[in-house]
Amino acid sequence: MKLTFPAFAGRIAFSALAALLGAIFALPLIWFIFAPFNARAELGITVPDPWTLSNFMTVFQNNFAMQALWNSLIQSIGGVILVGAAATLAAYALSRSSIPGKGAVTYILLLFSSVVSGSAAMVPIFLIVSAMGLIDSHLAVILTFAGGLLPTAMFILRDFIDSIPKSYEESAMVAGASPVQAFFDVALPVIRPGIVVVVVWAFVNIWGSFLIPFILLRSDKLMPASVAIYSFYSEAGTPTVTLLAAYSLIYSLPVIILYLFVSWKFGFRFFGGIKA
Amino acid sequence: MASVEFRHVTKTFGSFNAVSDVSFAIGDGEFVCLLGPSGCGKTTSLRMIAGLETPSHGQVLIGGDDVTNLHPKDRQISMVFQDYALYPHMNLADNIAYPLKVRGEPVQKRHGRAREVADVLKIGHLMDRLPSQISGGQQQRTSLARALVYPSRVYLFDEPLSNLDAKLRLEARGFLNHLQRDMGMTAVYVTHDQAEAMALATRIAVMDQGRIVQYAPPIEIYRRPATTFVANFVGNPPMNLVPVEATHGDGQLQLKADGLTLSPLPMSSGIAAALANSKSLTLGIRPEHLAIAEPGTGNAISGTLFANENMGPESLVTIERPDASRLTARIFTDDHIALTDAVTLGFSPEHIHLFDSTGARIPADREQPL
Ligand SMILES: Nc1ncnc2c1ncn2[C@@H]1O[C@H](COP(=O)(O)OP(=O)(O)OP(=O)(O)O)[C@@H](O)[C@H]1O
Ligand SMILES: [Mg+2]
Repeated sequence: MKLTFPAFAGRIAFSALAALLGAIFALPLIWFIFAPFNARAELGITVPDPWTLSNFMTVFQNNFAMQALWNSLIQSIGGVILVGAAATLAAYALSRSSIPGKGAVTYILLLFSSVVSGSAAMVPIFLIVSAMGLIDSHLAVILTFAGGLLPTAMFILRDFIDSIPKSYEESAMVAGASPVQAFFDVALPVIRPGIVVVVVWAFVNIWGSFLIPFILLRSDKLMPASVAIYSFYSEAGTPTVTLLAAYSLIYSLPVIILYLFVSWKFGFRFFGGIKA
Repeated sequence: MASVEFRHVTKTFGSFNAVSDVSFAIGDGEFVCLLGPSGCGKTTSLRMIAGLETPSHGQVLIGGDDVTNLHPKDRQISMVFQDYALYPHMNLADNIAYPLKVRGEPVQKRHGRAREVADVLKIGHLMDRLPSQISGGQQQRTSLARALVYPSRVYLFDEPLSNLDAKLRLEARGFLNHLQRDMGMTAVYVTHDQAEAMALATRIAVMDQGRIVQYAPPIEIYRRPATTFVANFVGNPPMNLVPVEATHGDGQLQLKADGLTLSPLPMSSGIAAALANSKSLTLGIRPEHLAIAEPGTGNAISGTLFANENMGPESLVTIERPDASRLTARIFTDDHIALTDAVTLGFSPEHIHLFDSTGARIPADREQPL
């Protein structure tokens, strides 16, 4: 096929534009890969010379930073278990039972959830948590996240379960299974891909969140990594770029590993109207 | 095996009656088909037998016991679902053996039994496959195997063959018929395919808008349809229905319609009762009882040729009458004569059916044996 000159020029222009856009997105990523291994990293991109792990050594020796990663893990996993279990049971009930007005319930919850974990509700959340005497505890963070994420998780899962025919559980019950047996033997395995989506989504949300732990926690030994990153700023507020880069890389690893693990184990099947 | 009975069962969804005051009894070892158009309440009735739906009013009995509020798991029944409902994460062996698993049978024993049933259904070699890895016909047999693997009092089928292609459907139908003869199972079978119902059932319950219109053996449904609805639903193609005006005198009944020539019929008490209400009757005649005739001969009805479909051994000849209503005749292709534009279809009077103005069949004083 022969291209006319305007079409040809158009393609070149388009390719150039695409390349430029790609570069804009790629630059931070390249920095993110180079800087941690560069003992003299700056905000500009430079190829490390020599490649070194010294930045990581410094991070590993920083007890506060390491403890923070552990705290992030506790809070994320705690939140994920709570959200995953509660959302599965609630969504299943909402999908399968014939409660009148169940649609409205879900939508109202969904509406409020964006408020609950948003910054607008920070003052009331703080007051409630402190009235419960939970300020400065992992549980405070876990519960607040669970409350904030549950409605959306329920919504995603209910949508997913709605798309699964009832006849699975019905045939199990006709065959002699109790509703609980039918749920665990038949429904749960079929719903699992949906739960995985919710779990990954909840984990990423909690892992990356700054505001809630920052407000609800006080002592250094409970702070998650998202807050701890600020310890790599000097008193004057300028970042210690070398450490920051290395820590950021470590900080992002669990999320990357989670995605890889899930796609290897479950092959990310986002079906059934999932809006992840 | 056990009997099943409905006593004045009504099921309402909101304000809509899906099943209205239905009563019928299914004897031990009977194969009953629920037949009717889409939305008439067949599945709802079946699900009430299974316990997946609770009647709004009335009682359901299995083996003489009131099971109206009994959970499905306690009813000792089997059900084959229209979508088969095979568990996608279990292989065929586990799928078929699942009812035995919930009954606490050890693995060895339940897989042995599953294999036996699967072998009978010719899917024994597929036991390690997942349901997504087998064909539609094999899936259908897997769901059947799962229903047959444990002793059950009643077998329920919800259009189990509707997702199969025509050839497989015939094969599966034959197998079900064989199974019924073999096991003498009590079965309730939902279908909207009248041929399937005719072929399988010991009795057919024809349903319309949540009610049972006729409950009788297939031959009676075919020979003595209780209403024009049944007449028009059963048969392939269904019965031709022609509105006629009736006059009578001297113990004789004269029926008049455009293009119809019909010698006077003997009066009967049933006809007299119907005529007391209205002079408008409906004449019914099955396509297989019509034949191409010479114009102006004997009992016949004429019209213009509308369609002529050759089906192999027989042809369907459809004529259109002046009021745009149509009649279809099923004639042997061998008897075929060149059709002109005007066609006359002849019949003999003993093959006609009469319905009154409400659509109910007018019984003869002395019914022919079935
Ligand atoms: N859960 C439900 N909620 C509301 N209406 C329902 C429900 N289940 C069935 N219906 C209605 O009840 C009527 C009978 O439904 P049913 O499923 O028994 O029909 P069917 O005879 O099996 O039809 P088909 O041949 O299409 O399967 C239909 O009009 C249907 O819309
Ligand atoms: Mg149905």
